Amino acid sequence: MPANPFNGHTDYGVGIGLRVPHYRHILEKKPTIDWFEIISENFLVDGGRPLEILDLILEQYRVVQHGVAAYFGSPGPLDRGHLRKLKRLVKRTGTPWLSDHLCWGSVDGRFTHDLLPMPYTSEAAAHTARKIREARDFLEVPICVENVSSYTEFHISEMTEWEFLTEVSEQADCGILLDVNNIYVSSQNHGFNPLDYVENIPHGRVGQIHIAGHSKFERFILDTHDHPVLDPVWNLYDRAIQLAGHTATLLEWDDRIPSFNEVHHEALKATVYLEKKPALAAA
Amino acid sequence: MASAIMRRLTPDERTQPTDSDGRATEVTAAEYIKPNDRLTSLERLEIYNRQYWFRLLDCLIDDFPGLRAVLGDGRFYPLIISYLESHPSSSPLLGDLGKNLPAFIAGRKSLTAPHTWIAGDVARLEWAQIVAFDRGGRPPLNPSLIASTPPDKLTLRLQPHITLLDLAYPVEAVVLRLLRKDRSLRNGSSNAVGEKHVPRKFARAGRISRRRTRLLVHRHENSVYFKPLTQAQFLLLEKLAAGSTLAAACDILVEAFPSTKSEDVRSWFASWQHFGFFIRR
Repeated sequence: MPANPFNGHTDYGVGIGLRVPHYRHILEKKPTIDWFEIISENFLVDGGRPLEILDLILEQYRVVQHGVAAYFGSPGPLDRGHLRKLKRLVKRTGTPWLSDHLCWGSVDGRFTHDLLPMPYTSEAAAHTARKIREARDFLEVPICVENVSSYTEFHISEMTEWEFLTEVSEQADCGILLDVNNIYVSSQNHGFNPLDYVENIPHGRVGQIHIAGHSKFERFILDTHDHPVLDPVWNLYDRAIQLAGHTATLLEWDDRIPSFNEVHHEALKATVYLEKKPALAAA
Repeated sequence: MASAIMRRLTPDERTQPTDSDGRATEVTAAEYIKPNDRLTSLERLEIYNRQYWFRLLDCLIDDFPGLRAVLGDGRFYPLIISYLESHPSSSPLLGDLGKNLPAFIAGRKSLTAPHTWIAGDVARLEWAQIVAFDRGGRPPLNPSLIASTPPDKLTLRLQPHITLLDLAYPVEAVVLRLLRKDRSLRNGSSNAVGEKHVPRKFARAGRISRRRTRLLVHRHENSVYFKPLTQAQFLLLEKLAAGSTLAAACDILVEAFPSTKSEDVRSWFASWQHFGFFIRR
């Protein structure tokens, strides 16, 4: 859906990630762009240059927060200190929704700083959904959870990844940030049909879509965000838009970052697919 | 799985063949990770094991370029690998990763000998630079309030982004050459890691002569500065930062440096207040 409870009833268009190499261009040239996505953790500081830049960006642009360290799937409770910092940033940015990953990454206070895949079990789904609900209630902003790319599967999994994503999002009553590149990467690494994934999630919960590039190696694909979007990912995006509607879309390009114009031009290719599916009225 | 991911890689950057209990990693990985037709369970685990180390090492490389320059890669890499084994990340923020490195260098001298002092000095200065870059600033204390408060009642704090450093070596020249406007922020939300950085050539530890240096590292208008301090200035600021009243700090100063004149102290304060160094305790 273009505007739904999971993206704060907004109808954002096509954005890109706010990255350091583009700061100067953005602040000097003030290019027209629908919105920027920031990595929340890069701005969870008390002051200094990161927040100065962010405030300048906020004067001109719409910003959505995307996190990498909530670790809803980690064992144990939520990190309240981290949530308090996130909430301060939510107030600063006015983000209409906040996203983080359906993953784990910390154990007993030790952080891997990775987005680790979860075992797809009912127990893990219930635990994760409870933490997402708690985070949403504390942060007072809708949350969308993003499917991660993965390189392992676990013996104890009881369901497919898309069934797990569905169960978590429905139990948590949260949104989905559907990363179609991650679906493609995981499908190639695990041997499933990526269309099965895209077609079998609750499309009314999709609040945002990620597109990105990846790197092929001899025996697996790595989610590197350092290339243009490849055709199989555009095909998945096309199908996702057909099913979910005219959805806020963001291109991630995080390594070997080219010029702002090149990244933005790549992102705007999404409009071809979006225009095939006109925006609907707010849900 | 977390302990397997965080376990040190072999010298050729592979997963260790045995786990901490002496069991074959191939066997333990197969107990919880499915293989597929292209990768064994161990190989799938290894992707995450390598990414963990590459990501965290890259973070320390970014945050301590001067330390790497003075030690050279042959000493720097074993140092930071040992550091991460002893101090796994305890914060969701990667920017906190290096906070214990200066103390680790002081406590594990064998890893940097015979250059422990200089390595410690560079690490402390580079961490102070990080603190100056993104710690908060508070409204500076009004100079008139300072002037109107009796010195025996006046206690002051330094801004949270300020660090006082008493260094054995003049390492600021090394670090200044590497000073960057923007710290390396987390590169997006991919779970992959980028390429390793190319080593830079700078003066190695053995070529820098010992000369005691006192610095105040701070932020002004969102730029980081290293302000050289005299021994007397350092002592005064150190005592104030530790909670002494202005009168008590000045007494200690005059005892240590009897030639200090009151107009000198007034002049120092004028400069420090200009930069907003003091906040209410």
